[in-house]
Amino acid sequence: MRTALKAENDLHLNRRSFLRVSAAATGGLLVSLYLDFSASAQEGNQPPAKAYPPDAFVHIRPDSKIVIQVNRLEFGQGVQTSLPMILADELDADWSQVIAELAPAADVYKDPVFGIQMVGGSGSIAHSFQQYRELGAKTRSVLLAAAADRWHVTPSQCRTEASVVFGPGGKSARYAELAKDAARKPVPEKVTLKNPSEFRLIGKQVRRLDSLSKCDGSQRFGLDLDLHGMRVAVVAHPPVFGGRVKSVDDKDARSLAGVREVFEIPLVNGSGVAVVADRFWTAKQARDRLKIDWDLSGVEHADSSQLWARYKELARTTGNVAIARGDGKAMERVPAAKRIVAEYEFPYLAHTPMEPLNTTIRFAGDVAEAWAPSQFQTLDQMAIAQVLGLKPEQVTFHTEYAGGGFGRRAVIDSHVQREAAVIARRLRGTPVKLIWTREDDVRGGYYRPMHAHRVEIGIGPDGMPAAWRHVIVGQSLVAGTPFAAMLIKNGVDQTVVEGTADTSYSIPNFHVSAHHPTVNVPVLWWRSVGNTHTAFVMETLVDELATRARVDPITYRRKLLKADAKKLRRALDLMDEKSAAWRAKLPRGHALGVASHECFGTAVACAVEVSIENKRPRIHRATVALDCGIAVNPLTIESQFQAGIGFGLTQLMAKGAITLKDGRVEQRNFDGYAPPYIMDAPVNIDVHIVPSTEAPTGCGEPPVPVISPAVVNALAKLTGKRYRALPLVSL
Amino acid sequence: MATYQLNVNGKNREVTVDPSTPLLWVLREELKMTGTKYGCGISACGACTVHVAGVATRSCVVPVSLIGGPIVTIEGVGQDPVGRVVQNAWVEKDVVQCGYCQSGQIMSAVALLKATPKPSQTNIEESMGGNLCRCATYVRIREAIESASQQLK
Repeated sequence: MRTALKAENDLHLNRRSFLRVSAAATGGLLVSLYLDFSASAQEGNQPPAKAYPPDAFVHIRPDSKIVIQVNRLEFGQGVQTSLPMILADELDADWSQVIAELAPAADVYKDPVFGIQMVGGSGSIAHSFQQYRELGAKTRSVLLAAAADRWHVTPSQCRTEASVVFGPGGKSARYAELAKDAARKPVPEKVTLKNPSEFRLIGKQVRRLDSLSKCDGSQRFGLDLDLHGMRVAVVAHPPVFGGRVKSVDDKDARSLAGVREVFEIPLVNGSGVAVVADRFWTAKQARDRLKIDWDLSGVEHADSSQLWARYKELARTTGNVAIARGDGKAMERVPAAKRIVAEYEFPYLAHTPMEPLNTTIRFAGDVAEAWAPSQFQTLDQMAIAQVLGLKPEQVTFHTEYAGGGFGRRAVIDSHVQREAAVIARRLRGTPVKLIWTREDDVRGGYYRPMHAHRVEIGIGPDGMPAAWRHVIVGQSLVAGTPFAAMLIKNGVDQTVVEGTADTSYSIPNFHVSAHHPTVNVPVLWWRSVGNTHTAFVMETLVDELATRARVDPITYRRKLLKADAKKLRRALDLMDEKSAAWRAKLPRGHALGVASHECFGTAVACAVEVSIENKRPRIHRATVALDCGIAVNPLTIESQFQAGIGFGLTQLMAKGAITLKDGRVEQRNFDGYAPPYIMDAPVNIDVHIVPSTEAPTGCGEPPVPVISPAVVNALAKLTGKRYRALPLVSL
Repeated sequence: MATYQLNVNGKNREVTVDPSTPLLWVLREELKMTGTKYGCGISACGACTVHVAGVATRSCVVPVSLIGGPIVTIEGVGQDPVGRVVQNAWVEKDVVQCGYCQSGQIMSAVALLKATPKPSQTNIEESMGGNLCRCATYVRIREAIESASQQLK
């Protein structure tokens, strides 16, 4: 997704944007960012002030609280703390007075690079670092100007600290006192940002602002929303994707007290039956009582075992070429004994964020209000508007805190919001909360796609890969969507080959191609996207090459890295240094596994200590080193990496697969699809950050890819087997 | 429909619901206490964990008609000395990420520490083994439990 919207980026940067300040109706200073879409607009011709809060980023309140709008969803990654840190640092705000709020959907909150309001591609800090610094610095400058005027001095004679401006002769004024005057000051076009040595917050370990509320039950998530007169809806979805309702007998369902409505609704793919009740439990029981006759003809009944056969066959043929470097005939010169042929299988994976999918909508005819934990506010708002026959700006869209997401709330077709909107249209005037049960989520599609890889490697006399031919088979994530134009090149979906085609390793004769079969199973980006499978293939094969060459896996990787893979080299060096002591004295029955990978601009190296307990991998320890440029909040980064590698273990779990039989998903809930629990995750994880002054890059996706290959590389030492088919059902 | 008297966080509450309604939905929808979370509905994830008569209980599978003791939820557990220490340790160690499972994690951890103030790694894995954290904050959960355990000396 990182490359996803480069074209949008150019478009977006061509729009002029500028800040304005104004007095808030409730008192204090508002700083707003206005986007000007009109090419003819004149520089000084500011649009009329808009009402707080849709377009304000900062509100310095009379009580000295500073409310900062976060232009992203908070779903665990910590931007609700780190973006305000960035702004507060340049503003010299008193951190103890900062309140963070999640911004609703509005143009001003669009990602400055991607051009839509979204979280994905590890872009939150990478794309908004400069934006939030400038917002902070410009806000500070008007406060400084107001103080200087008041004291008849120049701004350069004043300084700021902890929400106070200090002037000559011991003068001082709190930001809140200056707000009214500052609101009349022009906002400078350009502003000098701090030298990194002047940072007070950036680079410090700052605890999360949302911690306490998430420990005492007071944090409200999307699913917790309760509005006066609200109804709850659940939907019966077809058992095969794209199936349609032939007929429905809802007599038993309607007989339950509290059931308000039962009606057929169109879905993005097929049709279903919505049940609306006063309470969730009633709605769910009523749904269970529906007798639906489904029309499942005319839609493909996908079947995992048949798909594997088809995928493996395809993998034996060259696909659309992603990269062809060097001599295409180099493989022929490598003797057969010096070749490795490896076939890999990766199943469908569900995201299963802890908070089930949900959206609440109240449709009032000419306007609507929506509440959703959304990674794609812009698209979800547009989808709701479209269903309701409104313009996007007629839909007030509140960003609700999300219980995880991992990509599942970044859906191009906004299918959950469309369902909710269809139901809200029928319930006109009454707010309705659509809840997807866990079963709906596990069986509802939008999975990380199945993939087959077939790799042939010719090993050179020096033990390094001399030729590498790689075929990847997997559904495109974006074919047929507006993202296709940007992400599909020469028939290759870049999200499928990322991590292989752009490998950091120096392989002289390198050929990567891809097939994208069409399958009737909706697919979606899953945290770290293509790297979930490509890094596994690359890192297990490089490990195998190192073993064959009888070279230490860290040394071998260093030797194979491209000269310009500086971040990855630094991460490997730091991991090497920090894990050296424990690597030197592994207990009997324990083995070391190593993997490294760079994605979304962040390089990660990981070493794990693994043994086998009860026929499962037991991960005693992981040492992780990373280079993400400037580390805005090292505490959040440590936490993201510790937990992100745990998330990455999903695909090694014995029940870590979604499978289909005759079009039906075979798993229903966490009994059949079981992500990692506490005993599956490493017992200890130490995280080390390479010191850097380079621009910050992401930390949400990069932790995920390294852990699975590192663990199976260790297992290979313990069992002598290479693990190329996931999930890891048996060792 | 039937009427039930419940004691929740020390307060007597009366609800009139279908007897099959799980305690989880009584808490969330009747009593408007949404700190207790729905994650799976089959007692496989632990997000709905509350204490019933002092025992960690998956409220998503226990019908309200079978409740036979006082209930403590995440909203009330801070009134308890052990609960307070655990919540503070969670904040101190910056455990949460998305936070959705953490009510259940904290309720399980409090039950563990009340029964076993000095838990071993095995005790921790057994007691916390049914609480899924999809963010996988497990390392910090372990640290917070150990930190709370030390404070409870």
